[in-house]
Amino acid sequence: MGKIAKYTRRGFMGLGIAAAGGLAVGYYYYKKPYPNPLPDRLEPGHFSFTPYVIIGTDGAITIITPRAEMGQGTHTTLAAFVAEELDVDMNQITTDHGPAAPVYYNTAAMAEGGPHPFFEDGFVAEALRSAMGVLGKFLALQITGGSTAMIDGFDKMREAGAMAREVLKMAAAARWGVSLELLTTASGEVLHPDGTRLGYGDIAAEAALLEAPKSVVLKDPSEWRILGKSQTRVELLDKVTGAPIFGIDVELPDMLHATVAMAPRFGTKPLSADKAAALATPGVLNVVEISTATVTGFAVIASNTWAAFEGARALAPTWGAASYPNDSAGLTALFERALEDEASFTFGGEGDAIEALQGATDVIEARYSVPYLAHTTMEPMNATAQLQNGKLQLWVGTQAPGLAKMVAADLLGIDADNVEVVTTRMGGGFGRRAEVDAAVYAALVAAETGGRPVKVTWSREEDIRHDAFRPMSLAHLRGTIKDGMPEALDMKVAAPSILKSLLARTFPSMNSPGNERAILDGAFDQPYSWPHARFAAHQVDTDIPVGFWRSVGYSGNGFIFESFLDELAASGGQDPLEMRLAMMKDPRHAPAREVLKAVAEMASWGQSLPEGVGQGIAHVLSFGTWVAEVVQVDMRSGAVKIDKVWAAADPGLVLDPANFSDQISSGIIYGLSAAIGQQITFSDGMVEQENFYDYDALRMAGCPEIEVALLENSPRMGGAGEPGTPPVAAALGNAIFAASGQRLRALPFGNAVGFDLG
Amino acid sequence: MELMVNGEAHSVEAPDDMPLLWVLRDMLDIKGPKFGCGVGACGACTVLIAGEPVRSCVMVVADVEGAITTIEGLPEGERLHRVQQAWIKHEVPQCGYCQAGQILTAVAFLERNPEPTDADIDAEMTNLCRCGTYPRLRAAIKTAAGMEG
Ligand code: FES
Ligand code: FES
Repeated sequence: MGKIAKYTRRGFMGLGIAAAGGLAVGYYYYKKPYPNPLPDRLEPGHFSFTPYVIIGTDGAITIITPRAEMGQGTHTTLAAFVAEELDVDMNQITTDHGPAAPVYYNTAAMAEGGPHPFFEDGFVAEALRSAMGVLGKFLALQITGGSTAMIDGFDKMREAGAMAREVLKMAAAARWGVSLELLTTASGEVLHPDGTRLGYGDIAAEAALLEAPKSVVLKDPSEWRILGKSQTRVELLDKVTGAPIFGIDVELPDMLHATVAMAPRFGTKPLSADKAAALATPGVLNVVEISTATVTGFAVIASNTWAAFEGARALAPTWGAASYPNDSAGLTALFERALEDEASFTFGGEGDAIEALQGATDVIEARYSVPYLAHTTMEPMNATAQLQNGKLQLWVGTQAPGLAKMVAADLLGIDADNVEVVTTRMGGGFGRRAEVDAAVYAALVAAETGGRPVKVTWSREEDIRHDAFRPMSLAHLRGTIKDGMPEALDMKVAAPSILKSLLARTFPSMNSPGNERAILDGAFDQPYSWPHARFAAHQVDTDIPVGFWRSVGYSGNGFIFESFLDELAASGGQDPLEMRLAMMKDPRHAPAREVLKAVAEMASWGQSLPEGVGQGIAHVLSFGTWVAEVVQVDMRSGAVKIDKVWAAADPGLVLDPANFSDQISSGIIYGLSAAIGQQITFSDGMVEQENFYDYDALRMAGCPEIEVALLENSPRMGGAGEPGTPPVAAALGNAIFAASGQRLRALPFGNAVGFDLG
Repeated sequence: MELMVNGEAHSVEAPDDMPLLWVLRDMLDIKGPKFGCGVGACGACTVLIAGEPVRSCVMVVADVEGAITTIEGLPEGERLHRVQQAWIKHEVPQCGYCQAGQILTAVAFLERNPEPTDADIDAEMTNLCRCGTYPRLRAAIKTAAGMEG
């Protein structure tokens, strides 16, 4: 195997360097490429071409899809990028997540981090986008989030496929002694003009010895065979046959089971715990205390998961007092005070809203609120770890394997090179699996098992009560109308910083980041022109951990901002659709106008509806995708029945139409579940909710019909996983107003009105 | 105690009050039934006992009477059950975590009610899916029932 390994490494390095230079996306790349992690891991007879393609002499083709598969179809579309250029069919390939390695960093995840709207493409915005991208490279953020997997993979992975294809052609040209230009490729074979063929596997060994071309030409979209068409998802069979693909299904020889009992008051230490009772529980083997910036509490190690759960119950620890207000009323008061304080910072805005409002007589004023939210991924948090001879192996469904590796290595005091992360399929992510807590807990428990592997599974109760929550926020908005149209807006939002919270629990030594755009995302960066507007953040941080929840800042502000626009329309006597269109004056707002017009047509907006039935509309641009939604409700029975949801979305380029529509629809259902009934509240310093009986989500009977249309007017590619969520709460609230005249300004709506969920 | 799972007899030494879910997953290494809530509130752990859907996280193992079928035991040899085939046709799964439970619930339900109405589907398919695959679940059930699609 030595010989093969040497050849493959050389072949690969050539490609790696070539891939970093002179290509369309070259400006993203810092000069020196990260090494390819594949050659060391190859089986005999397998060769890697770029970090994304492995070809075996038996003809087996594996495509590395280094992003989290949480059900959003990422692996399918990423594989399609490579397959398109490599000229193989989707049924000729298998996919593999690959190892955690810096070469798989995600530039796009950081690229939208600066304080500029997506449609702003001036010099500063562009410079910031690329600077953030370079930062991503330095941090080696192999993360899946911000709906960025496709944007990041689009060039990189098509180029990888094209590079591999060219090298295979070169090998065939050499074997046949013909010129390269005469050869073509199709379905995993190189074709000679005389009809002779060579399978990729037949020439892989020779091709791996060759130096790659300096650059490659990518196909014109008109030549695409795979991209732009709906593909069968690569993991479909596994998922209908119950294959053990998830982190929670990991089974290893001699494996122990464990669970966690973490501090229910965040940041506190245990005062007491009944270890004897826990140890007396049949099957319980050990109880260990864990205390780090990321996680504090106990782990109960047992011979099976259920015994561990029972042991954790018996442990019954007590905890110190919380550093933050004990209950939701106290938290609300804290956030209200923050609204009265000076603004922490402002983003965007136009004119002078403060002055315009000062002289005004008819000020429209409203207070909005959104609660903390848990993610409740269907698969509860879990991870498996084994620590042997100073080397840690982790099996975990994570959206951030690079981060998990770094933090776990740091806490165990070992080198990151001695940590290997196997990323499993995950039963939902929604941002929750960007956190490293489950992996870290497992790593620390593995230090207590004498080298035996241990799977740490959280109960649903621990999962809900120890989330990195969608932040609670309060907003105070004031606006004026002139000639029926919005004239001035002052929007103040009190909310915590997610990045500050994330750093505190992940990299406690790092300084707090700058002004966080998530606090104002979904308001300051939306495609409207105002005579006067001001968007002010009133940052208010507590020890309650907050994190990335599907669509992040847009999830709360999309609701607040688009609901208040509806209030302004009502005050000005305007149709909510027409008023929005009239405010989208800038030519760069055109994609927003088009999705609004499309969704209005789908929903027959403006038709006369019976008394008690109403439609609401909203538009939010998030993660580069423009989404307009209409919700229709029927309140004639007294309760709110959601008849139907229509959505029109524009991501610029639709790579897989069926998958994209499914993601929009999934985002709508996720957002509706939250808008109708979800809230994390506090009492005695602890989260009050425990399980699906008090933190539920939509089920079949309550799920409305959903119709999605896709447009392609936007100049840049946008994401799929998150943008469906932000508009739906506002569209629902606006529909309730249209049907009943009742304006709901606090989520979840279920606190104020009843819902008919079948 | 003796358990019959997917046509195979197993003898296990488990405490009487241990939920069937954990006996299957941790003792017999049958991973199709998933853990979602542990309190009977989500349906991810659904198995069939004597053909009836049961949430195995709240069924203590001593109370099991009858043969158990998990998703692993659903296909006949290489041939997928028609409900699984309908799931593939409609590409129902997103993350897939809830789907074993959804499929087994649908199998039992269609045995009892071969031509369900939408209202029947609403009433019977109460398992949670956090990915929101409900529209495709509904379509796949109709296909499995030979009703449309
Ligand atoms: S795990 Fe059994 S119903 Fe949720
Ligand atoms: S497919 Fe993910 S929970 Fe149902």
